[in-house]
Amino acid sequence: MSAAPSRSRRATDDPAWAKALVIGVVLVFLALVLIVPLAAVFAEALRRGLDAALVAVNNPDALAAVKLTLLTAAIAVPFNAVFGLCASWAIAKHEFRGKPLLITLIDLPFSVSPVVAGLIYVLIFGMQGWFGEWLVDNDIKVIFAVPGIVLATVFVTFPFVARELIPLMQEQGTSEEEAAISMGASGLYTFWRVTAPNVRWGLMYGVLLSNARAMGEFGAVSVVSGHIRGLTNTMPLHVEILYNEYDFVGAFAVAALLCLLAVVTLVLKTAVEAAQPRTGRGGH
Amino acid sequence: MGVTLSVLSLIVLIPLSAVAIKAAELSPSEFWAVAFSERAMAAYRLTFGAAFVAAVVNGVFGVLTAWVLVRYEFPGKTLVNALVDLPFALPTAVAGIALATLYAPNGWIGQFLTPLGVKAAYNAVGVVIALTFIGLPFVVRTIEPVLRDAADDVEEAAASLGANRIDTILRVILPALAPAWLTGFALAFARGVGEYGSVIFIAGNMPYKSEIAPLLIIIQLEQFEYARAATIAVVMLAVSFTMLLVINAIQAWSRRFD
Repeated sequence: MSAAPSRSRRATDDPAWAKALVIGVVLVFLALVLIVPLAAVFAEALRRGLDAALVAVNNPDALAAVKLTLLTAAIAVPFNAVFGLCASWAIAKHEFRGKPLLITLIDLPFSVSPVVAGLIYVLIFGMQGWFGEWLVDNDIKVIFAVPGIVLATVFVTFPFVARELIPLMQEQGTSEEEAAISMGASGLYTFWRVTAPNVRWGLMYGVLLSNARAMGEFGAVSVVSGHIRGLTNTMPLHVEILYNEYDFVGAFAVAALLCLLAVVTLVLKTAVEAAQPRTGRGGH
Repeated sequence: MGVTLSVLSLIVLIPLSAVAIKAAELSPSEFWAVAFSERAMAAYRLTFGAAFVAAVVNGVFGVLTAWVLVRYEFPGKTLVNALVDLPFALPTAVAGIALATLYAPNGWIGQFLTPLGVKAAYNAVGVVIALTFIGLPFVVRTIEPVLRDAADDVEEAAASLGANRIDTILRVILPALAPAWLTGFALAFARGVGEYGSVIFIAGNMPYKSEIAPLLIIIQLEQFEYARAATIAVVMLAVSFTMLLVINAIQAWSRRFD
């Protein structure tokens, strides 16, 4: 490595053996950390054969969990997509004081423990919470019921779309919007015809990520759900229950379904990236 | 703007203040006793320590992975690139049971570690393994764009001035990556501190030994000790918020030359 770069090679190229070594180390690490766990889920699910796995998935409690998970994502994801679009537009295209603080607040759900996120809603809507009595009087259940699960999911998936769109919109600047406005377009028209189409790939990307998180959220939902089978059990919670009951085939069969969801997410994400080569992008 | 602020306060701000208000129901001395009890301290040590070790592991392998993805061509690169995001896409509970099964004494990986006297599941090592899985993409995805945008010309200049490749990498490339690396490290660390789903299955959850702070909150909740749960949450929130400010400060600092 210390040899002077040969004339035939560009000075910034690495020697072939170094390349091979680094690629090898990375591939072994990724295989160990990422691929082996994924393979283990499917192997454990199919341990007693495909039939046993299908029976485990095709049971009323498991199906109810699938339905609840889909319902939760169907509410939380569109909500956060619309909010993310509004928030990133406000932040990227306008100047105002306290912007860094606002961005920090939007990011907060990323760095708040999901358990704390769930706790928050228990404190507000739980029996002893702020609205506890009022809710009981009006016979509305939030905690240990579906609304609580949806709220907790909205919280944890809150930043995905906005975080994806803010850098994108900042990069694009405001010149196109200014052109549209100067030619007589209204603000709303400009937003829908200029701003939104420009960020559609970033939007899809954020929606994909928040959908994966919405369907897979465990910590926050676990706190507010109450784990009532067939009623307030989402798929990840169902996995936990089965696993703790030593029904490993059942647990891994439902887990395998969630793995398929993850794989589909990754495939779509790769497709989105291929459709629109991404340049810079902030962390999550 | 108005919509953003009101939705934000509805979903994020009001709920967070609820935690602080609930914790304030305890007297200061009670608060102190709950927040920094021996068991809670053990949980913080494990949570922050394991998150730190995992973030260091990811800091090393994350840079290598980003480097390989940006600089080298090899068969299956698209697949590898997609796989890096697996921890984002895979539900944490699924990761948790998969890792626990793998590293259990009779699991695929655990069976090779047991003869070596290494116990990787149901202790602190297991927590680090789970947090390494969870944190990897944060480091890779933060460094990748910076590495891609880094101009070759500085490297070429270094090489043409006689620096060897190692010197160029250590003195020119890595310093340029430092802000992104720190951001990725901080993101992985912050996520690791709060992580619950993937950890509880592999941790073993022994009080004082392998019990993480988020689990303590759950335990207090299950005993309907809401104020105590909120107290531990306040400590964790304070740390998260500090981490976020640090991350944003690093990013602002790294943009100062743009």
